[in-house]
Amino acid sequence: MTAIVEVHDLVKHFGEHTAVNGVSFDVERGEVFGLLGPNGAGKTTTIKMLITLLPPTSGSARVAGFDIVHQKADVRRSIGYVPQALSADGTLTGYENLLLFAKLYDIPHKEQASRVRDALAFVGLIDASNQLVQHYSGGMIRRLEVAQSLLHRPRVLFLDEPTVGLDPVARQAIWNHLLELRNETDTTIFLTTHSMEEADSLCSRVGIMHRGDIVALDTPDNLKTTVGGANTTLNDVFVHYAGDALESGGSYRETARARRTARRLG
Amino acid sequence: MKLQEPAAQHGDSGETIAIAQPRQVTLPDNLSNFFRKTLVIAEWEVRKLRHDPTDMLTRTVQPALWLLIFGEVFTRLRAIPTGSVPYLDFLAPGILSQSVLFIAIFYGIAIIWERDLGVINKFLVSPTPRLALVLGKALSAGARALPQAIIIYILALVLGVRMNLNPLALLGVVVLVVLGAACFSTFSMIIACLLKTRDRVMGIGQILTMPLFFASNAIYPIAIMPAWLQVIAHGNPLTYLVDGLRALMLAGNTDMSGLGTDFVVLFAVTLILAVICAKLYPRIVE
Repeated sequence: MTAIVEVHDLVKHFGEHTAVNGVSFDVERGEVFGLLGPNGAGKTTTIKMLITLLPPTSGSARVAGFDIVHQKADVRRSIGYVPQALSADGTLTGYENLLLFAKLYDIPHKEQASRVRDALAFVGLIDASNQLVQHYSGGMIRRLEVAQSLLHRPRVLFLDEPTVGLDPVARQAIWNHLLELRNETDTTIFLTTHSMEEADSLCSRVGIMHRGDIVALDTPDNLKTTVGGANTTLNDVFVHYAGDALESGGSYRETARARRTARRLG
Repeated sequence: MKLQEPAAQHGDSGETIAIAQPRQVTLPDNLSNFFRKTLVIAEWEVRKLRHDPTDMLTRTVQPALWLLIFGEVFTRLRAIPTGSVPYLDFLAPGILSQSVLFIAIFYGIAIIWERDLGVINKFLVSPTPRLALVLGKALSAGARALPQAIIIYILALVLGVRMNLNPLALLGVVVLVVLGAACFSTFSMIIACLLKTRDRVMGIGQILTMPLFFASNAIYPIAIMPAWLQVIAHGNPLTYLVDGLRALMLAGNTDMSGLGTDFVVLFAVTLILAVICAKLYPRIVE
């Protein structure tokens, strides 16, 4: 296996606040890699540095072999990105949204229409392609965004909390599309999530992020084995590593659970 | 599924190093890429306008009212010395400039809106030059301003203003309107990149419109101003827009001597602002 994302001691400060505190990890080609952590753990900041939206304070990273600081244009050509907010343009049709991105990504004029149609077909939006996106449901917009991010056949697809705010059916649909992508192509998928279920069902490896650090990184199964016995869920793992962060960000129930886990593990 | 062609796209793992070569691009490639991307961003806005032209149409009401109410009164008052030109004729290009200014000076709000939607993030992650993102937006502000020109021409003709309908002059007006809108919208986008919230941009825009409009030759000649204000008016890009439009829009005007200066000043200011804005643009998502 070769690493397609290499991160070395990446740091991001916002004034006094340290959002990302020197993280290092590799993502292998073709895997689905997840950054798991509570809100404010530094997941989005990490992803924004990797996709060239934020300059790192220090450290370095390469995506698809290109340096994220010195070879921004090459990084941008190699990646797809689905942001956290549902962000398609509501005043355009689904087809137009994709067509304009096809043009921005230098897809040859003759191929534009067919690529857009293929991408729409992949996410099951062919019938809705000529509707204005403002009439789409949240799940449809997210599928449209996935289609858009794949138009130029990126080597790495970055998704920032891809299913947050979606209903279970829409969420399952996104998961299915991502799994299909993983199984049929060698596109590497890099996602952030605070859903244990999502990390468990999609990711080949999971990095647990906590207050700007990656505190654990392994396959979901190994993480579970490390923390507890056969009945351990990824949720327990998460609470084990990110436990005290939940006091500030999580609900009382989660905090109590974290404390129980901590006690159990002595 | 045809979304991916693994063999052609990625090859074996050994190819990673080969793929990781930066693209070699020549200057002409870069330029044609730059202009193409600028036009794609502008096309984006034009397509949006085509789906929902309401906003564009309601905006034509204000200049129409200025011309009808303010213009009709002041042309009878004869308080403003405009030489041999009737005041209404003098005013028409001024009102067109005003509506270009009003549309453009709040344009920064649009990019904050797009930032909140997340659309800007996707533009910034795409291989689109920052300057093309800015100039594409500036051109689309121009596209929004053009209907204003049409309504003012119609109304002015109805009110008996002698308009110059020479095709070359009309073309010049189109270019000037787009250039003027590009200039002030870029200015507005710079403010948006620095201030980052809708309310602040709205507030600053309102503070700016008043002096920009009244410290220009839009509704009275610069000659009647006190000396200090004349200096400011000569530094105001709107003055050059008004001057150029006045030369091109009115029939019977033979003095085109200032036109070159008008175009050069507006073009230079727009370019400088656009370069600054392109530098600041990524800040909007930080």
